[in-house]
Amino acid sequence: MQKIGVFICWCGSNIAATVDVVRVAEEIKREPGVVYSADYQYMCSENGQQLIKNAIKEYGLTGIVIGSCSPRMHEATFRKAAESVGLNPYMVEVANLREQVSWIHKDKEEATEKALILVRTAIAKVRLNAPLKEGESPVVKRALVIGGGIAGIQAALDIAEAGYPVDIVEKNATIGGRMAQLDKTFPTLDCSACILTPKMVDCAQNEKIDILSYSEIEEVKGYVGNFSVKIRKKARYVDETKCTGCKICMTKCPSKKGLDEFNMNLKTRTAIHIPFAQAIPNVAVIDPEQCLKLKTGKCGICQKFCGAGAIDYTMKDSFIERQYGAIVVATGFKPIDLTAFNEYGYADNKDVVTSLELERLMNAAGPTNGVLLRPSDMTHPKVITFIQCVGSRDVSGCGKPYCSKICCMYTAKHAMLIREKYPDTEVHVFYIDVRTPGKNYDEFYRRAVEQYNVDYIKGMVGKVYNENGKLMVQGSDLLNNEQIVIPSDLVVLATAIEPEPSVRKIATLLTASIDTNNFLNESHPKLRPVESPTAGVYLAGVCQGPKDIPETVSQASACAAKVIGLLAKDKLKTNPCVASSNEMMCNGCSQCANVCAYGAITYVDKEFRLGGGKTEIRRVASVNPAVCQGCGACTVTCPSGAMDLSGFSSKQIMSEVEAICKK
Amino acid sequence: MQEVNNFTPNIVAFCCNWCSYAGADLAGSSRLSYPANVKIIRVPCSCRVNPMFVLKAFQQGADGVILCGCHPGDCHYVTGNYYTRRRMSLLFSFLNYMGIEKERTRVEWVSAAEGAKFSEVMNDFVAKVTALGENKRLQDLRVKEE
Amino acid sequence: MTRQDTLENIVRISGTDAKKCMKCGKCDGRCPAYNDMDVKPHQFVNYVAEGKLEKLLASHAIWNCLSCMACVERCPRGVAPQGVIEAVRDTVIRMQGNNGIKAEEIPPIVDEMIPQQLLVSAYRKYNK
Repeated sequence: MQKIGVFICWCGSNIAATVDVVRVAEEIKREPGVVYSADYQYMCSENGQQLIKNAIKEYGLTGIVIGSCSPRMHEATFRKAAESVGLNPYMVEVANLREQVSWIHKDKEEATEKALILVRTAIAKVRLNAPLKEGESPVVKRALVIGGGIAGIQAALDIAEAGYPVDIVEKNATIGGRMAQLDKTFPTLDCSACILTPKMVDCAQNEKIDILSYSEIEEVKGYVGNFSVKIRKKARYVDETKCTGCKICMTKCPSKKGLDEFNMNLKTRTAIHIPFAQAIPNVAVIDPEQCLKLKTGKCGICQKFCGAGAIDYTMKDSFIERQYGAIVVATGFKPIDLTAFNEYGYADNKDVVTSLELERLMNAAGPTNGVLLRPSDMTHPKVITFIQCVGSRDVSGCGKPYCSKICCMYTAKHAMLIREKYPDTEVHVFYIDVRTPGKNYDEFYRRAVEQYNVDYIKGMVGKVYNENGKLMVQGSDLLNNEQIVIPSDLVVLATAIEPEPSVRKIATLLTASIDTNNFLNESHPKLRPVESPTAGVYLAGVCQGPKDIPETVSQASACAAKVIGLLAKDKLKTNPCVASSNEMMCNGCSQCANVCAYGAITYVDKEFRLGGGKTEIRRVASVNPAVCQGCGACTVTCPSGAMDLSGFSSKQIMSEVEAICKK
Repeated sequence: MQEVNNFTPNIVAFCCNWCSYAGADLAGSSRLSYPANVKIIRVPCSCRVNPMFVLKAFQQGADGVILCGCHPGDCHYVTGNYYTRRRMSLLFSFLNYMGIEKERTRVEWVSAAEGAKFSEVMNDFVAKVTALGENKRLQDLRVKEE
Repeated sequence: MTRQDTLENIVRISGTDAKKCMKCGKCDGRCPAYNDMDVKPHQFVNYVAEGKLEKLLASHAIWNCLSCMACVERCPRGVAPQGVIEAVRDTVIRMQGNNGIKAEEIPPIVDEMIPQQLLVSAYRKYNK
């Protein structure tokens, strides 16, 4: 039998003016289990807390109920007071007599009656309370960053700066990501490579950062503070430790017809290659689909010429397993596939290009060495038409329902750069809305219109067709209420962006929640925007939602701050109000695991004694208390009633219901 | 009619800790009154409310049961309130079939900033349940005998 | 039928929610009959959204629309401008004396090369 103490707070006159606190304290004494009851002006004060502590010691109380303000206000205070005299803090319940009674009711009789019911309800609950202990879990002081684009690079640099080791896992042969492909960046028009490559070098030189390029995440186990991750290092057929990046192999390789992904397939490359001149690590990789030696066994020229002896055709995928305290997901994006949009003729006309392809066509390190030539015949385009919102804001099923956010700005950038470099070029932009919120963004767009005479047409393109070598762009001009046809030399599609498809697999491995558009969900859209609902997993860059470089970098740094905050702790305290399964009742149906948003529930095969020396192996649910956040979704889903939530058990809530309904 | 006006229903309100309980606190600190016969049970998330709790409340003589949670998309536990929405629409239509009027059961989304909404919702709910009168359809007669 | 009823009827027949339109003009961009229309495809949707019934009923474009459905096919928001045009045409021809083709006018417009079937289907489409 519990020995319960009840403490009714006056809260000055806040409660006492409307609730007869003395009467409540008196009447409650008659409740079964209550051995002590008192009232005091300010329970939360030093003296009030002392009163509670003394009573706990003197009467050997096993549970206490405080009738005071909202538990959201002072529950922690009273729990601490109880703990200081040896009473488990989870044996404290608060009846909310201020926000729920005295402040909203005027009639003293009515308010006192309600106060009595609320205190009785709290007593009913505390009778069933059990001492709970906060768990502790160790923190591995190492972080993992998945994705080596600007988001991953920034997060890794910031975490390393604070002194913690970081691994960057990048699926491509080099870090740098999409930003490395860009020509100039808005709104300042500084060269993308000039601001990115120094950061890539910093990563390579930082001894706290380990870059695992050409690698992928294979398996993730564990939980916040203690993840165990298996990483597949794909066979690159070149020994990273030996290759010096001299590129002799690239000049000798006879298989030259591979499509250069870095240049958006606008150029060819050799089977053995370094993706681009500033690649980090500056180490070659062999494309096994293209290499003659790997495909036919005949060739081996690169091995012959490699002075460092780095080429190894027998290399296999290898695996490494490492422990991490926190994981940053920064997997980035790709432009969507345009095959569903045949009205723009992307598949049929070489001179209809995506904006990312245009970036390469304008880039000094690109296929045309920075001279804008159209892909079909390598001539200067004189009339260029841009089409915005290609696949964005599209609910027809072909595209994406969201706004890709960056297209308005980069289209303005492209238009401006072209008009600047080739003033004899005519530039048209079809737009639905121009969305340029951001510092110096709208000014930038207006400059394109006012200073560079870019022709912005409010309307949309219905079709693009080829007529005598000209691309006829037929669209509407809504402001003039006209249908117009612009004979163009080059058509640029501001293609919608989507999360890099591999993020889906990573989300599954991390049990991080993901939406229907493959964007990872944040823990709270406003107040916890860089944290995944899965504890210890953080989100940076476009994997969480469309964003430009400044936003991506801010989010990456915010992630780093969160990671550093986590890694700075030696041990994590875990909320003891978590779910647990009664193994004798669990039938292993998996329904609880399906509703768990955190992936806290796994299944184990356990041996049960049946009596008579016989045993039985059954599959039962097991909740990881370090991962469980204590929402209780599983408790309701469980068809056999095996799942329960500590601190809010079914019995406790049932008894609260009973106490309230009792007349 | 006099009879109905004198009747004070007993209402059980389940409020999630993160939004609605905080909303109720805000209603309190803004002194926005609602009837005293609404008693709140704090749960971590609206999805912690087992349909059994609702049945228990009616069995024990409650006249109305209301669940309050975070707005869809704002759930502290990501998807908890979606489970609530599905479970309760099923349960409530079943209760309606059993003879417990739809007006006696409700799910409302109240954020931590919506003290005024909390009080409005409670006033409205109590008025509707009061108009219906005592709930006789589903209760344990032994409770009445006490 | 009141004005409001007529409007609601048009919305019902068209099966389209004009509020979904984001005013991009892609329907206009693709329309092959655009230059012959006094009211443009996007305007049909806009007039329905704003309840401008008189402008809808007075349009000649309902007789120019080819019903090729290009606007429906291309609309990124799942709005059907052609559905609205069809609905307005239906509404107009259901009113007495508003047939799109008058029997007495047929001989001059008929070309000998026009197949009978086309005439029949046009008659069905544009008349009550």
